[in-house]
Amino acid sequence: MIDFNLIPVLPEIFLSLIGMGLLIVGVTQGNVSTRVLCWASAAGLAVSGLILLSVGWDTRSVLNGMFIMDKFAGFMKLLIIIGLIASLALSVRYLLQEGIERFEFPILVLLAGVGMMMMVSANNLLALYMGLELQSLALYVLAAFHRNSMRSSEAGIKYFLLGALSSGMLLFGMSLIYGFTGSVDFEVIGKTLGGLDRIPFGVTFGLVFMLAGLAFKVSAVPFHMWTPDVYQGAPTAVTALFAIVPKVAAMGLLMRLLFEPFMAAQDQWVQIIYFLSLMSMFLGAFAGIAQDNIKRLLAYSSIGNMGYALIGVVAGTAVGAGSVVLYLFIYMIMTAGVFAVVMCMRRQGLAVYKISDLAGLSHHAPGLAYAMAILMFSMSGIPPAAGFFGKLAVFNAAVAQEYYVLATLGVLTSVVAAYYYLRVIKVMFFDEPVDAFDGPQPFARRMVLFVSILFVLGFAIKPSVFVASSMNAASVLFAG
Amino acid sequence: MVDFPLLSLMTFLPVAGVLIILMIRGDEETVKQNARHMALYTSLFTFAFSLFMYTRFDGTSADFQFVEQSHWLKPLGIHYHVGVDGISVFFVLLSTFLTPVCILSAWEAIQTRVREFMVAFLLLESFMIGTFIALDSVLFYVFFEGVLIPMFLIIGVWGGPRRVYSAYKFFLYTLLGSVLMLVGLLVLYNQTGTTDIPTLMASPVASHLQYWLWLAFFASFAVKMPMWPVHTWLPDAHVEAPTAGSVILAGVLLKMGGYGFLRFSLPMFPEASAYFGDLVYVLSIIAIIYTSLIALVQEDMKKLIAYSSVAHMGFVTIGIFTATTQGVEGGIFQMLSHGLISGALFLCVGVVYDRLHTREIKRYGGIVKNMPKYATVFMILMLGSVGLPGTSGFVGEFLVLLGAFQVSTLVAALAATGVVLGAAYMLILYRRVVFGPRVNDDALAMPDLNMRELWLLVPLIVLVLWLGVFPATVTDKIGPSVDQLITDYNAKLEVAAREAAQSAFDTAGEAQ
Repeated sequence: MIDFNLIPVLPEIFLSLIGMGLLIVGVTQGNVSTRVLCWASAAGLAVSGLILLSVGWDTRSVLNGMFIMDKFAGFMKLLIIIGLIASLALSVRYLLQEGIERFEFPILVLLAGVGMMMMVSANNLLALYMGLELQSLALYVLAAFHRNSMRSSEAGIKYFLLGALSSGMLLFGMSLIYGFTGSVDFEVIGKTLGGLDRIPFGVTFGLVFMLAGLAFKVSAVPFHMWTPDVYQGAPTAVTALFAIVPKVAAMGLLMRLLFEPFMAAQDQWVQIIYFLSLMSMFLGAFAGIAQDNIKRLLAYSSIGNMGYALIGVVAGTAVGAGSVVLYLFIYMIMTAGVFAVVMCMRRQGLAVYKISDLAGLSHHAPGLAYAMAILMFSMSGIPPAAGFFGKLAVFNAAVAQEYYVLATLGVLTSVVAAYYYLRVIKVMFFDEPVDAFDGPQPFARRMVLFVSILFVLGFAIKPSVFVASSMNAASVLFAG
Repeated sequence: MVDFPLLSLMTFLPVAGVLIILMIRGDEETVKQNARHMALYTSLFTFAFSLFMYTRFDGTSADFQFVEQSHWLKPLGIHYHVGVDGISVFFVLLSTFLTPVCILSAWEAIQTRVREFMVAFLLLESFMIGTFIALDSVLFYVFFEGVLIPMFLIIGVWGGPRRVYSAYKFFLYTLLGSVLMLVGLLVLYNQTGTTDIPTLMASPVASHLQYWLWLAFFASFAVKMPMWPVHTWLPDAHVEAPTAGSVILAGVLLKMGGYGFLRFSLPMFPEASAYFGDLVYVLSIIAIIYTSLIALVQEDMKKLIAYSSVAHMGFVTIGIFTATTQGVEGGIFQMLSHGLISGALFLCVGVVYDRLHTREIKRYGGIVKNMPKYATVFMILMLGSVGLPGTSGFVGEFLVLLGAFQVSTLVAALAATGVVLGAAYMLILYRRVVFGPRVNDDALAMPDLNMRELWLLVPLIVLVLWLGVFPATVTDKIGPSVDQLITDYNAKLEVAAREAAQSAFDTAGEAQ
């Protein structure tokens, strides 16, 4: 029987159509239309978000079980859309400033977005791979988007080679799982594994390979090597996108995969995730200390943050999954704000990236400096900023499952990481001022920063709204 | 009883002041003046509210009063729950009293980024009050930890030459302690299913968990207190902080550790508190004797007072962990008294520092001639710090020693040596600064206290003397709450002992 209910897929379909339509506009109008196309893409994303809100989030799987729509997918897609809009809003002026205003940019972002939305809705190993590759291919190109820059090209190549390797591992793992369970469908895999006394060795083996591939996408240690170089090399607009959105999608995918088909193999995967989480937290905290490039610093910070998010996955409960969603939500909004500040770092028309370039920012642009300070305190998890509540949630989930050692080591690494976040504040407030940055900052960038700060500060006033919706979204993974 | 949210109003009034200060527009001088005035009025209003609360506070009851409770983090069952009892009410008053004093003391000393300074101070006040009134452990943690942000900036932006190092040290030390407490809090939450402090105080925690949890909380409070050997951040922070920062650090921030012991360690983990009591005594006695000796050889006035703070806090921890009525009341009293005295002493240092821009003791000498008022004020405070009868310092130390005697003569005897040493270093400090040879001409040319400085110090001195003569003002109000605390503590220990005996009996029975 052919299952042809396309209603739940409407947001993705709409986005693809918009993407292709804008591509035609771009081809006919050339690079002068980049600005318009960026805003049109952002508007398209917003409309797609509205469609998403109206399609209904009850659990439904369509296209012969390839695609699933539920509260979890809906919520994650909403996060992805918000993240994409934020990164597009940040990019527009930056592309013009750097002279890379090519019309492909917004279109690639849209296509990556479709891929990411597919990822969190994948209910089948093939759909998973399709979504992941669509996303990755678009991102490979974006990393090398500044094609006249050595670093950007290097970032693109590096990302592509390692990404291809990880995709290969993922596929290999998938083939093993298919071989041992006889299906690529998540539900069938879940039922098959659930009915077994013990997990076959081949499935464990396949799972290890799949996790290695996915760990690459979320940049968890030891598959993080690409992150600092790509973050540094890629144009900042692209780095912002990398830091904000794909991690949400990849974590969403990882959670659905582990909590639905592979829940029966929890004993197997929990050790791997435990290790990934612990190593990421440690490396993110210690390696970040030595950085003097703000983009590399943020790369290590993102590695560390993924480590914290993975703590919630280790917990393996509905509360744990909810805490991961909450963590990603907060992390995404904080990161958007941080990148808004990083993009403001320009002198005489050139972007500067050294942390020491921020020196004395509190004299020239106090507003910017305070915003950055608030974001840094939030990143290091100091209450009452929003970042604290994300950490509270994941540590709570770990402690509830008696992962005391992991939680303790986690909080200790957060103290180490606090050192480099504080360093940014120190440079801005305590050091002697150097020249001011170019001003004034564009409206969109200021808006993103403003919303981010509002969220970070306002979160503590009414945390229930966000916590409840995250928990609610994740609970569906444990419903059946 | 009042049914409007008095405590929340007090906590968030400074935040409202912050918002108004941020909205001030105009040229630099206008902003400075307005920010100062706004901060002062806000903090005075807050103080007035706290006085109002104090007059309505029912000192005969051990219950939490002015309680407010509403949902906050609903999915996790965490509430916004605040209230005060006899233990916390005076700490709230201390915070609201010292904040306007600090703002006034910074009136002329702080000339750069005045607006930011005032914002940081008001935020700090809000967090301090919040810490003392929070009746939910997560809420407590949020305030307790939030204090780090403004204090880090106060030390780092307006501090002395080594301010960056000191600000880092302060921040990372306290953060390291606090995060361990966070894990402890979460364990407690997951074991008992609640973060509500009154509920947690009533329901006993399983014995085997108590020890670990006690250590986790101890890590945080011992650093904050600070206890030997984790006190090393304090001298650095004090020396580099601006005067107002030192005052609030010594006056209120250090008390959060002692308050934490009273609010969490004693009532929630009584068995562990009894078990680790000896450890606390040893650490406290080392702190008292060792840091007193260090204070003796200091050349920097602020450092000397900072080390004396560590020694005085040693009395507090001894008092608290004797778990006797006198000991605990003495501990609380000592904290309040130390808050006033050391705060005022830092103000005194600030007075001469503003004139000569040095804190080195040997740069002064013989200033009694040109600064008679200053010499008098300094003398009263110095004697208060020494613990002369008639000042509040005496009452606190005496009560603590009384409590310590009931537990162990040795502890009391060793702690008492601290009183002697305290007299030694304080008298030496006073002699070298105020009397001594008149060798430094610039020191002899310093003008005496001006009106602002005088009026800053007079209320503190009045309170120090008042509490020394009429300690019942405080002890009457804290009495019921402390009695309740001790009764509960002993009852829980008894139950635990009975259970232990029972299980030993059972195993013996099984063995037969």
